[in-house]
Amino acid sequence: MLKIKTPKSGKAKREIEKRAPKLVESGKKTLILQGTKTSNVLNAVLTEIYHLKKDSAVRYTRKNENIRPFESGGETSLEFFSLKTDCSIFVFGSHSKKRPDNLVIGRTYDHHIYDLVEVGVENFKSMESFTYDKKLSPKVGSKPFIAFIGEGFESVDELKHLKEVLLDLLRGEKQDLIDAGCGNLNLAGLDHAYICTAVSSNRVFFTHCAMRLKKSGTIVPRMELVEVGPSMDLVVRRHRLPNDSVRKEAMKTAKEQPKKKVKNVSQDVIQGKVGKIYVPDQQVGSVALPYKAKGLKRERREAKMKHETNDRAPKKQKENSE
Amino acid sequence: MGTQEHQIDLGHLLAFDPLHHFPSPPSSREELVKECLQKGTELVQSIADTLFNLPSTEDIDGPLVKLPPPTTRLPREKHLPKPKPPTKWELFAKAKGIKNRKKDKIVYDEQTGTWKRRHGYDRVNDDEDIPIIEAKMTDEAGEDPFAKRRAEKKKRVEKQGKNRLQNLKQAAKVGALPSHIQLAATALPITGTQTAPKKVSKNELEDVASMAATATASGGKFDKKLPGEKPEKHKGKYRKFLPVVEGTGIGSLEKQQTEKILNKLISKNSHEILNVDKAINMYNVKKEKKRKNRQGKDSSTSSKLKPKKQLQKKSLKKGTSKKGKSK
Repeated sequence: MLKIKTPKSGKAKREIEKRAPKLVESGKKTLILQGTKTSNVLNAVLTEIYHLKKDSAVRYTRKNENIRPFESGGETSLEFFSLKTDCSIFVFGSHSKKRPDNLVIGRTYDHHIYDLVEVGVENFKSMESFTYDKKLSPKVGSKPFIAFIGEGFESVDELKHLKEVLLDLLRGEKQDLIDAGCGNLNLAGLDHAYICTAVSSNRVFFTHCAMRLKKSGTIVPRMELVEVGPSMDLVVRRHRLPNDSVRKEAMKTAKEQPKKKVKNVSQDVIQGKVGKIYVPDQQVGSVALPYKAKGLKRERREAKMKHETNDRAPKKQKENSE
Repeated sequence: MGTQEHQIDLGHLLAFDPLHHFPSPPSSREELVKECLQKGTELVQSIADTLFNLPSTEDIDGPLVKLPPPTTRLPREKHLPKPKPPTKWELFAKAKGIKNRKKDKIVYDEQTGTWKRRHGYDRVNDDEDIPIIEAKMTDEAGEDPFAKRRAEKKKRVEKQGKNRLQNLKQAAKVGALPSHIQLAATALPITGTQTAPKKVSKNELEDVASMAATATASGGKFDKKLPGEKPEKHKGKYRKFLPVVEGTGIGSLEKQQTEKILNKLISKNSHEILNVDKAINMYNVKKEKKRKNRQGKDSSTSSKLKPKKQLQKKSLKKGTSKKGKSK
């Protein structure tokens, strides 16, 4: 016997619809959590990443002993959390003697682990340690520039994978409109950039800079980068690429987008394209005027009173004569 | 700083310089940082070059630019939504050519002469608003027509619910269940597992009944049988005693019995694993099969030029002595 369960309130229904699979997807949410042991450096790294992605990230602060991303049984907790928080990227930090300051960045597809990259953090400098003009600090939620430098990102397999994962992690929100091809970007709101440089075949220097746009002769302003945010060296340790079949399925794109219906526009044979405009009822009589009525102005009032005291006697005479 | 190609993806505001490498490891940390920032500035500048040259519209906050869709493909986070399969009614309507006609929300009610809504409170043609139902010749005496109407409506609603469930099950099979609907099993079996309760057949019930009947003191022998109940299959006798006096017939039963026991005992300790009869049978069957196959092939080629094939005898293991088997 099967029963149909539907959400009883509109709010619950809207929340469920937000999590449903869509043709064009909006930004991925990030889950930041830690394992059994963490070091000071790692705590700082995780909190800074959370601050960088404040709106679209969830931070778990408890330690999780049974999460081991690279082992076959240790992924169930991660998948469960991904399902509960609707996050498809996770950053898992742990510290051990063999792998100090370890970060595992992973992605999920349909709430199952898709791929993993394990990096070690070295030479970490937090946001507070940088001194700069506070007026330049980037605002939360602005779209960042992302730059990858180095031939290693193309030749070395692990760095190629890391590049893809970092792009996914660092790119901004509201990606669905841009993916559909109708996203608008406000050029005045560009203020920060992430720079990743492949120093050697397994080491990437990552830093976050604020951008200053300076006037130049042409339309294009001159860019100036000022180091602002966390900077660290990422040493690639392990990585797991996705299965070929899962990868093929995940890379599938929607072929056609259903055309959005334009309302209140119709085609007429004689007149051509006709649109309807609905104007709300304008209460002309009851709207407050932005300026004072002529009769209520103070000067006028005073003048009138003066006039009355002067003219009262002659006025009466006139009436009497008529 | 020659002409370096930067791969630019405007949809992501991404720039990639694939040609840069450090010719020597940088001497100090500051040098490394400086060089990275310098390269970064170059890349960001090249993105900005293309970005600011896009056609822009003026907005209150600043110039708006329409970004092109990104070129680097990234994996999705959830699967593509599957289109809902058409429901049974939709298939029927398509086959018959029935088109959906838009209905008005307000309908003119003939009885009261006012405009009433079609669904909801105080609706047109409400089934329960009829005060008098005239009796027809086909009606029985004690039947309540109002209750009958209510029961019919309930049946119609139930049928509609069943149809909806069937449609949803069909959609769930394809994987296109609407996201806000979940199909849940209402009753779980008592054992707590996911197995559905098994349907017991008539034979099984009979067996169980006869087994239960043996719980009486006399073993269920003197129980009154219901009409239609068959006598029990297991009479309860599990030992077979040989007759004292041997009759004429098949042979000496006692001899057979002891032989059987002896064979079992001795064959356990003997090393002869081979069952000669079975081996010969298998060999013969195989030969027949081969012959049949060859005959099938031979029909296509001429048999005159075929070389003679040597039949290879299968060698039996450890001698064919019939020591262990006595017949």
